[in-house]
Amino acid sequence: MTAPVVQLVGVGRTFDSTPPVEALRPTNLVIEAGDYAAIVGPSGSGKSTLLHILGLLDAPSCGSYYLDGLDTSGLSEAERAGVRGSKIGFVFQSFHLLGHRNTVENVALAELYNTGSRSDRTERAIEALRQVGLGHRLDAFPTTLSGGERQRVAVARALVGQPSLVLADEPTGNLDSVTTEAVLEMFQSLHEGGITLAVITHDNEVAARAERQLYIKDGMLSE
Amino acid sequence: MAADRPELDVRSSRLSFRDLFSETTISLTARPARTLLTALGTILGVAALVATLGLARTAGNQIVSRFDELTATQVVIKPETQNQGRENQVSAIPFDAEDRLTRLNGVVAAGTTSDVETGGQFVRSVPVNDPLGQNEFQIPVIAASAGLFDATRAEIRTGRFFDSGHDERSDPVAVLGPGAANRLNITQTGNAPAIFIGDEALVVIGILENVQRDSALLNAVIIPNGVARDRFGLKAPSEVLVDVNVGAAELIGSQAAIALAPNNPESLRVQVPPSPTRAQSSVRSDVNSLFLVLGGISLIVGAIGIANVTLVSVLERTTEIGLRRALGATRRHIATQFLTESAALGTIAGLIGTSLGILTTVAVSATRDWTPVLNPLLPLVAPILGTVIGLVAGTYPAWKASNLEPISALRGSE
Repeated sequence: MTAPVVQLVGVGRTFDSTPPVEALRPTNLVIEAGDYAAIVGPSGSGKSTLLHILGLLDAPSCGSYYLDGLDTSGLSEAERAGVRGSKIGFVFQSFHLLGHRNTVENVALAELYNTGSRSDRTERAIEALRQVGLGHRLDAFPTTLSGGERQRVAVARALVGQPSLVLADEPTGNLDSVTTEAVLEMFQSLHEGGITLAVITHDNEVAARAERQLYIKDGMLSE
Repeated sequence: MAADRPELDVRSSRLSFRDLFSETTISLTARPARTLLTALGTILGVAALVATLGLARTAGNQIVSRFDELTATQVVIKPETQNQGRENQVSAIPFDAEDRLTRLNGVVAAGTTSDVETGGQFVRSVPVNDPLGQNEFQIPVIAASAGLFDATRAEIRTGRFFDSGHDERSDPVAVLGPGAANRLNITQTGNAPAIFIGDEALVVIGILENVQRDSALLNAVIIPNGVARDRFGLKAPSEVLVDVNVGAAELIGSQAAIALAPNNPESLRVQVPPSPTRAQSSVRSDVNSLFLVLGGISLIVGAIGIANVTLVSVLERTTEIGLRRALGATRRHIATQFLTESAALGTIAGLIGTSLGILTTVAVSATRDWTPVLNPLLPLVAPILGTVIGLVAGTYPAWKASNLEPISALRGSE
């Protein structure tokens, strides 16, 4: 049996302040390959903390996080950054596209810090853009794209390194209902294509489209 | 179920040099006007510095080359003052000084000059009975050897110089300085005009136009040594003027006294021009210091400018930094990127500034008919100065950027 993509064993996060804030209580979580999971919770519930730990942007205060069976707790910062770059693709609420670069360059940026060969980086970026249905807007700049198209560029950027896990942080927060629907359909098709997805959201409708729903409240995760 | 840590699967993130280079290029060219304005302070600072050094050197060289024309090729030999005071002591300069010195390698021309004691006698031209006009003058009389005209680089207006033949035969001839000729009302020599020093008659054979050395000749009646010796009791020349090749002054200075007075070279005082290097360095240090301070100040201002704008740009690019961290960049990668950008900016500013500084130097030199002179190291070192400024200025912003939390950076625009 292959290791699950994500396995949290007693992972908690406490912030050193006075008094200390326990943002995430010790939690166990398993996300298998191909899962489409939604993590739902109101703001301040600890879902951002969970996102940062899952995304290797923050290290847990206790417990162990296995990503693809790899214990991430003993990694140096450079190694953690390397794992983050190669195994995790992020989709952000505010897209975070660089304004002075066209869509291909924005997508190719995802492989800047990885070992992917430089020569066919552009080809892989174009491939990823085709995958999200933007093959016709390769030379466009973000300012000329609609909100939905921008989010698709962001998704393509998350997919280009063929990550083990795609983490989406409020992916529809800045979109109207029509585009939200389109992005959710895209997620659905990615899921059908075998991609492991974790969507963090406060929107129950978005969460309802996922295969699994996880609820987080006051730092407690429940399914 | 927790698997053992598979070592091979962990690859540290890395940033290749080519990628760093292209990222830097994209960042700097994305907003060219802003890039240029950021670099402006450093451009001006480096330009001011280069122009200052270039112009100081050019001007210094100019002043020195003027020295060269007048004095660097001139050696003057006089008897020591203590000897002149003693009545029975004759000046150690022999009448054949000219012959002795022109034999030395490096001497172009040499000539003796002596003030002739006329005992207060007036000089007059052919008597004209003009009761209203003055026709007798107190004009200095100078005895010279024929080489003096070459040694002073004299130009003749009319007639000729006297030569060594006149000297040897004690021919009663004279050459007039233009001032003396004017006072004596002699304008041409074709009809062999005569002048009288006291009762001694002399034929004017030439009138000088100008001399480049020893301007006393311009207002004097110049007579050959032979005449001065026979008619006016000149015992010895009082001074030797030597025109030497460029660079030979020091050498001739050390040889002249021995050539003239082999038995007693200490009795002669040899004046050589100050060595060019010494003159040059003293001139340059005067001009430099003030402008170097100004250039340094503008460099500091330039560095503050780069630091400021880089810091602003770090704040502006907060989300970009967060994104890069999420995509696998380490703190070090972020710091490296910002440091590279500011260093590249500094280098470009240094290059532009150096070019401007050199252009300024050339332009100013052109308007003043100077020869631009530049230390060849300057165009190499100045751009590096820009790089250093960029590095120093970028250090704090880069550190600040690398310390941004990717989490808060990414949420910044929410």
